[in-house]
Amino acid sequence: MKKTTKILALVLALVLAIGCVFCLAGCNKENPENKDPNTNEDTLKVGFIFLHDENSTYDKNFIVAAEAACKELGVEYIMKKNIPENAKCQEAADDLVDEGCDIIFADSFGHESYMIEAAKEYPEVQFCHATGTRAHTEGLANYSNAFASIYEGRYLAGIAAGMKLNEMIAAGKFTAEEAKMGYVGAFTYAEVISGYTSFFLGAKSVCPTVTMEVQFTGSWYDEAAEKEAATALINNGCKLISQHADSMGAPTACETAGVPNVSYNGSTQTACPNTFIVSSRIDWTPYFKHMITCVKEGKDIEDDWTGTLETGSVVLTEINESVAAEGTAEAIADAKAKLIAGELHVFDAATFTKDGAPLTSYIADVDTDNDYTPDTEVIKDGYFHESEFRSAPYFDIQIDNIKLLNTAFG
Amino acid sequence: MSKSASKSHEPLFHVVKRASIPLWQSLLIRAGAILAALIVAGLLTFFLTGLNPIDVYATMIDGAIGTEKRIWNLFQGIALLLCVSLAVTPAFKMKFWNIGAEGQALMGGLAAALCMILYSDKLSPAVLMLVMVVTSVVSGAVWALIPAIFKAKWNTNETLFTLMMNYIATQLVSYFSYKYSVPKGSGSIGIINSSTKIGWFPSILDQKYLLNIIIVVILTFILYVYLKHSKHGYEISVVGESENTAKYIGINVKKVIIRTMILSGAICGIAGLIMVAGTDHTIATDTVGGRGFTAIMVSWLAKFNPIMMFLTSFLIVFLEKGAIAISSEFDLNSSFSDIITGIIIFFIIGSEFFINYSIKFRESKKEAKSK
Repeated sequence: MKKTTKILALVLALVLAIGCVFCLAGCNKENPENKDPNTNEDTLKVGFIFLHDENSTYDKNFIVAAEAACKELGVEYIMKKNIPENAKCQEAADDLVDEGCDIIFADSFGHESYMIEAAKEYPEVQFCHATGTRAHTEGLANYSNAFASIYEGRYLAGIAAGMKLNEMIAAGKFTAEEAKMGYVGAFTYAEVISGYTSFFLGAKSVCPTVTMEVQFTGSWYDEAAEKEAATALINNGCKLISQHADSMGAPTACETAGVPNVSYNGSTQTACPNTFIVSSRIDWTPYFKHMITCVKEGKDIEDDWTGTLETGSVVLTEINESVAAEGTAEAIADAKAKLIAGELHVFDAATFTKDGAPLTSYIADVDTDNDYTPDTEVIKDGYFHESEFRSAPYFDIQIDNIKLLNTAFG
Repeated sequence: MSKSASKSHEPLFHVVKRASIPLWQSLLIRAGAILAALIVAGLLTFFLTGLNPIDVYATMIDGAIGTEKRIWNLFQGIALLLCVSLAVTPAFKMKFWNIGAEGQALMGGLAAALCMILYSDKLSPAVLMLVMVVTSVVSGAVWALIPAIFKAKWNTNETLFTLMMNYIATQLVSYFSYKYSVPKGSGSIGIINSSTKIGWFPSILDQKYLLNIIIVVILTFILYVYLKHSKHGYEISVVGESENTAKYIGINVKKVIIRTMILSGAICGIAGLIMVAGTDHTIATDTVGGRGFTAIMVSWLAKFNPIMMFLTSFLIVFLEKGAIAISSEFDLNSSFSDIITGIIIFFIIGSEFFINYSIKFRESKKEAKSK
């Protein structure tokens, strides 16, 4: 036994020795690279933590934006991909601090508590987190949340959907009363509820008789389940489908069945040329630029930053003219201008009812706590103020004419 | 045997068990294995990605020991893996195939986490810590005791039994992480007592992982002495070598099995405690993260010697940390670093074969004739 101990020790020593030689060789090579002529000593360094890699449309959306923003502003960046929502996230943040990052960003909801821990440990580093809810109550100067008013994008996409329904009604394919849409959602969270409600209200603004059914899959990425849910909705008589989940499941089900689809997270036109109408997505580039610029100029980043149509954070893809109804582009442009000008509000209390009556007051759960205690009045001046009291959505009202076929919580 | 038969049936080579092997020879075999692994992995890297293998290895080493913090993280990783490996070792030495360390550690961690959630405001921090230690150790031990009793009484298959206990533990954790999730419904507990740090292991000398490392170092030495120099340790070896011999010399085999599994589970419980109170400060189904299975390899490679297990777990954690660095530095998919780690471990395990066996090639015809 003693003999083998010695042997293993020697082998490991050998590995280390070989390693050190490689390391030295590597270090010598690395140094000149770091002194790139374009980078100064005071160049900022940004660290990114992503839940998955480019294979997920969700993370790809962040990765592409991060690369664009960093290149444009000439800052260095390090990306750590496939970081799960556990202590590995804190370890990744630790390591990014070690690498000299001035800003560290994480893209997934479940990263939040680990980012907060890291922010407490390294007060000199800025920590930014997308989709989180706790920055405004944690009281940390170096921790902030960000999101975008994607409900506005979905509202605009909803207009395209409503116009398509109108076109099909006019063509005599079904009656106005039969105008039912289907929606495939991931989970029954405020983020998804806010999304499908705004989409529905957009459609309703042009097609008043519209109704909707929502089917949840219980996963952010499950191609088979999303496809199945979309097919079930179509068989249920839904004339148009939209989705809030990250796979191609719903769009492909629509293409197979020949049912028009309003997509999310980017265009699906190449795969679904005969059914794709339009898609909304969040462009994170403006936020990344804002975050970097703030740190560069020594300014504080807001606890909550909400990207809007105006900041260029909420965008629609090109409209597929061969599927979309005539005049869709004009109607969207018109509504977009009104939304930006503040003349139009997505969650206008006059446009929807709950249990048959319009809402005049609603206390939402804005400050995260263990029991989901509602704490803030969010209906003022006749509309629901989404993403104003914090960036992450908190609209979680189940309004009339939208039927949930099931629910799914994590 | 006729001449023609011997000609057609003698294979090109055959394998012979070695009686013993000189030190220099086994050393040469192991060094050769690692060198061969590095060359194969290097060639694969070059042909698949076009990267310079030397750069890749340099990044690997930098990722594992490049900064002070990384060295701390490396030793923390070793401590966690080593702790689970220590836990499975007494059972393995007894030839009780406990592949349920994952579940046993998870139960220990779950107990600690539940104590932190339920009793933080009811007990003083010191008492809470004591309760956490006791419940973790007991939970881990109970999770190991159940299959041990079934094995001792009814000779059930411990491999399947301990494996299935893992799934039950995972589901229990899943249930509780839904029940106590923050925010509600999110299915994850999040950091427990983030502001008060009640139930967290304290930092020593400003190092948050130092206490974990110290605990595991002490455990390593205790287990080494227990296995090598105590009567219990001797009994474990005898039961492992031959149950009949053990019975013949008057060892109560059932008692040894149950006692040893309680020990194995208890150490798993400590590992779970360290993971929850000393590292993650939360519990999730992936808290143990496969260490319960990696530990089996660590223990076997070290031939059940706790001191040597430090070296094997060092090797595995070193490779793992290095592999993570490779995938982020060169923007490679994380599967690629798994491939490299896999190749290196494959060669190291493979070299054991050549240390235990030698290969005899077929003698040439001339020699055969002269015989």
